[in-house]
Amino acid sequence: MDKNCVIKTEGLQKEYKLGVIGSGTLRADLQSWVAKKRGREDPNRRIGAKEYKPGERFLALDGVDLEIFRGERVGIIGANGAGKSTLLKLLSRITSPTEGSIAYRGRIASMLEVGTGFHGELTGRENIYLNGAILGMTRAEVDSKIDRIIAFSECEQFIDTPVKRYSSGMFVKLAFAVASHLDAEIMIMDEVLAVGDMKFQKKCIAKMRDLAVDENRTVLYVSHNMSTIQELCNRCIVLEHGKKVYDGEVDEAIKLYMGGENDEFFSYEYTDDRYKFPVKRHDLNLTKIKYIGRTSNLFYDGEPVNVEIEWENLADIPSLSLRIEVQDVRHMPITAFLIEDFYSGKKGETHKQQLSFDVSRFARGRFLTRYVFFNKKDAGAAFEDIENSAGLAFRRQTTETHKRPWERLWGSVRLGEIEAVT
Amino acid sequence: MNNDRITYVTAHSKWYRLNLGEIWRYRDLMWLFVKRNLTTSYKQTVLGPLWILINPLLSTTVFTVIFGVIAGISTDGMPQFLFYMTGNVLWGFFSACLNKGSSTFLGNARLFGKVYFPRLVSPLSEMVYSFINYAIQLAVYIGLVVFFALTTETVRPNLTLCLVPVMVLQTALLGMSIGLIISSITTKYRDLNILVSFGVSLWMYITPVVYPVSRIPGWLRPLFLLNPVAPVVESYRHAFLGCGSFEWVYWLISLAVTAVAVMLSLIVFNKVEKNFIDTV
Repeated sequence: MDKNCVIKTEGLQKEYKLGVIGSGTLRADLQSWVAKKRGREDPNRRIGAKEYKPGERFLALDGVDLEIFRGERVGIIGANGAGKSTLLKLLSRITSPTEGSIAYRGRIASMLEVGTGFHGELTGRENIYLNGAILGMTRAEVDSKIDRIIAFSECEQFIDTPVKRYSSGMFVKLAFAVASHLDAEIMIMDEVLAVGDMKFQKKCIAKMRDLAVDENRTVLYVSHNMSTIQELCNRCIVLEHGKKVYDGEVDEAIKLYMGGENDEFFSYEYTDDRYKFPVKRHDLNLTKIKYIGRTSNLFYDGEPVNVEIEWENLADIPSLSLRIEVQDVRHMPITAFLIEDFYSGKKGETHKQQLSFDVSRFARGRFLTRYVFFNKKDAGAAFEDIENSAGLAFRRQTTETHKRPWERLWGSVRLGEIEAVT
Repeated sequence: MNNDRITYVTAHSKWYRLNLGEIWRYRDLMWLFVKRNLTTSYKQTVLGPLWILINPLLSTTVFTVIFGVIAGISTDGMPQFLFYMTGNVLWGFFSACLNKGSSTFLGNARLFGKVYFPRLVSPLSEMVYSFINYAIQLAVYIGLVVFFALTTETVRPNLTLCLVPVMVLQTALLGMSIGLIISSITTKYRDLNILVSFGVSLWMYITPVVYPVSRIPGWLRPLFLLNPVAPVVESYRHAFLGCGSFEWVYWLISLAVTAVAVMLSLIVFNKVEKNFIDTV
């Protein structure tokens, strides 16, 4: 193993058996076994259930090779079921691999869940010792750090109160305080920051980054929150179906993971399933979308976006409104364009509608859109109830050469000039 | 970095690799588990740790009334209360170790599923905790023995007492290793879990806890004493009270059984701990 390499995995595989593992009772397993020996049908098989043969299995991780070096802050992203958590479980030795090997240097502290092993009846202080020991610290180590841990947790006032009386926020803060003061060379975190308030989240991320930068620790971080990944990590791994599909730059990785969207198209027919979001509304079905008279989705200064959409009415539509939401590549909403009461029609009709909106205020970069049809009545409905579809992405390019171009760092939307008032 | 030790995890590790050194590094955790159990067991109870004593005293009283007074079973001429308490305290320790051991995996599934530490730390700490309870009961019991030894002719503690520490350790190890084997099997088959609770109480009745070995017919005695706990209880009582006999042949057999059980449990435990979280 290279001297600077802290984690190395080779051909890491984790296999789970499909179907119910055993029946959970010895008698039933014996029955099944006897029946099998005699060539009869398994009495415990569920009626109609497909019989899983020994060959049928599910590879949660399928041959992952990794080399992670000292001081790296590695983000791991991927869709649900891509194998992120399995990978972390293997690295933190909660379960062992089916094939392949892991070698790591030093200690691994894993925070797959904050507050693991906290006991409600014990006080905050007692829990710091217990949790520290569970995470691999010795008593002496906790002794030397307890003041810093308490200060970090922002729970000084309640430190001698049983933690069962803590609010969930305080609980998380205390737990994270312990974990972040570990002396482990490798820290593994799985979405632990999803809880806790924004301010504390920022503090934690800053702390993790400091640990990596100043003390050369290695951080492995799994999250669905791309902005925390961008903030914390300097390397990113994308997993897909148990395989590593990308390993490198954070921005590239996020783009790849977020990709699969219709981001390079200038027209699209909603016929296949490549879209991640449903296109169908209960009353209308969006079928086609295109930028009028264009062969790319790149818009320069002063060019309005002219778009034609086509849909089919599945019901009578007395009034239709549309909101085009604009998001950045991390799916963070930026702003929206609105048009209200622009159409009404009968069931079965198809309609083509041309729309135009101005994107010249957007900074250079790539933007995603989402088409949300609504009734003026349900305009304020909760996000989950809104039926929407992924629209075409657009890219903005500025041509201005005479003045300084808008920097992305300043934000995605460019507002007006400031007037000096005398 | 102060720590450059390289750890290897492979898919096919050897069954005999127990990593005892690692358990030693986690000794602080073991003590903290013990402390946690001690401080939390009797939180929000009125009598608190007094329960450690009330428990055996109450059940010994019940035994005295039922088996001594009502059934009139012989106690080899010993004061009945003292006789029942001897077996009761030791058996309590044995069954605590067994019960705690048997719930190692299922009882800690949540914790084990989230963080790694040598799994054996958990049952070991339970064993230490049970031992502390036992030691407190033993202190009171020794007081009783001294009292009876001074006031009666029959109670005669003897030199066999030197072997008592070995017997106590053996009791703990035997209980724990049987518990661990059961625990390893219950990760897949929950049946045994149900069996444990009443199995242990049934086991007590084939062990000379509430009656002396002298009550067992001679032809049955060899078979009876093959129960690994039986010679321990009888010899332990012999040491403190001077009644019955020190069954050293059967005790040696029992020691051998304990050693085998410990080995077996470690091997099974070692194998199961790696992947149990996938099936539990």
